[in-house]
Amino acid sequence: MKPLQRILRAGRHLLLYALLALYLSPFFFVLINSFKSRRDIVSNPFAFPEVWSLQNFIHAFQRMGFIPAFVNSLVITVFSVLVIAVFSAMTAYLFVRTDWRFNKFMFFAMVAAMLIPFQAVMIPLVQIYGGLNLLNSLWILIYMYLGFGTSFAVFLYHGFIKGIPLELEEAAMIDGCSRFQVFFKIVFPLLKSTTLTLIILNVLWIWNDFLLPSLVLISPANRTLPLTTFYFHGTYTSDYGLLMAALMLTILPVIIFYALMQKHILKGVMEGAIKA
Amino acid sequence: MATEKRFLDRLKTYLLFAGPTTFVFFTVIILPFLFGVYLTFTNWDGIAKTYTFVRFSNYATVVRDRMFWNSFLLTVKYVFYTVLIVNALGFVLAYALTGDTVRGQNLLRTGFFVPNLIGGIILGLVWRFVFSNVLVFIGRSLKIGPLSYSWLANPDKAFWTLVIVSVWQYSGYMMIIFIAGLTHIPSELIEAATIDGAGGFHRLRTIILPLMVPSFIVTVFLTIQRGFMVYDVNLALTQGGPFKSTELISMFVYEKAFLAQQYGVGQSQAFFLFLLVAAISLTQVYFTKKLEVEA
Repeated sequence: MKPLQRILRAGRHLLLYALLALYLSPFFFVLINSFKSRRDIVSNPFAFPEVWSLQNFIHAFQRMGFIPAFVNSLVITVFSVLVIAVFSAMTAYLFVRTDWRFNKFMFFAMVAAMLIPFQAVMIPLVQIYGGLNLLNSLWILIYMYLGFGTSFAVFLYHGFIKGIPLELEEAAMIDGCSRFQVFFKIVFPLLKSTTLTLIILNVLWIWNDFLLPSLVLISPANRTLPLTTFYFHGTYTSDYGLLMAALMLTILPVIIFYALMQKHILKGVMEGAIKA
Repeated sequence: MATEKRFLDRLKTYLLFAGPTTFVFFTVIILPFLFGVYLTFTNWDGIAKTYTFVRFSNYATVVRDRMFWNSFLLTVKYVFYTVLIVNALGFVLAYALTGDTVRGQNLLRTGFFVPNLIGGIILGLVWRFVFSNVLVFIGRSLKIGPLSYSWLANPDKAFWTLVIVSVWQYSGYMMIIFIAGLTHIPSELIEAATIDGAGGFHRLRTIILPLMVPSFIVTVFLTIQRGFMVYDVNLALTQGGPFKSTELISMFVYEKAFLAQQYGVGQSQAFFLFLLVAAISLTQVYFTKKLEVEA
């Protein structure tokens, strides 16, 4: 390698890693300050803590109600993601394998509804479900996530199921399987990679969502992790150490999930963007 | 008789496979959407049992509402800058991180994507601390004038904090989409151009960028849509302040409906937002289709 090339190469590496450090620096500041007292944070947010005390974490954990909020988020995300995947795959399967006029209409309606932004329906949504006294429940929120998530999921599965050859299913039908059995025994397992993509995109969406749960979940006991963190910030506005610890507690589960699923997540985002 | 039985069979199959999604789809999206259109013609405050029809007066209020248009124009300005910077930065990152020339490529890709895993509310709160404490500390210690006070307290600077955080948040996401596009470019094309003596910049301009147009269509429209609907970062970072100077359109609609309790007017504004976002998406579909035909 020529010297000039070598310098350019080194320069590019330096630039990229410096940029990465800059990108991640906000998290770094939250991390080091989460171990410090308010006074130490105000006097110098750059200094490392003199003692690595877990005091802030223990207080934040208890006062924000981390466990209930985490469980709420987990229940909502897991159930929403599962019902969206299973019911949408079934729907897409029916839409691909039968050419009834009503199916075509429904598929078109679902794809067209993807144009409707959440903000365009949030006001009447709250009015209708509030009027029926159905708000303030985790299950109604899961129900709504199914409604908001199914269009894209059906669309995603539709594209993939079209490519599956019919012969397999026909053979199973001859062997006496019902359409329902054919779907769960043969088709759904074949959709594994699409399902994984869908699950990743939906986990990122639902786990982090704020606006919909803030409208639906009224009582503090039902709040998800982002809601709890936000309201916690409203209560302890200037107790920085406590706030930073609360933020770390909220960020940590996501980072662990990312570390475990990193390859799948990046692949899921790529595929989701290409198909959408 | 035969047709009736066939109809019942079909109905049974339909309900078994698509019944749940159809029902939920209608009750969560279609019904509220239609009820929303109806709401725009009433003066309901959300509580009273009775309300009257006001025909187009809500729409007239929206058209004449200067605050609404200020918020809308601010959002357009915000979308303009974020789309430009997010896509430029996302592409540069993707371009630098494809091919086998950089060590720790995966680590870098993974790192730049991290902000996208975390919700806008948390990101907003993280940056609130950065802008009001960390940067102010730097400014005061190093005597840098513009950094010595919190940008969140200054109406002009607060707008730029939203742009900065959004750029930071979305450039990694767009980078991933660009990487997907770049890896699909056949390497023979690049090699052939190199043999023909095309330098790096020339290759980029005449071969790579034209082939990346489909990726750019995806990323540009995605950024536009997200820009017009942004709420979380706006709420957590600036809360629309100081003095309502950074209230983007979603937050404006939210406040009109749920805080000022003018549901009819709020829904009319939301409907305007729907028309805008739908038009943008349809434009994207049009460009994508056109490109497919040409290809």
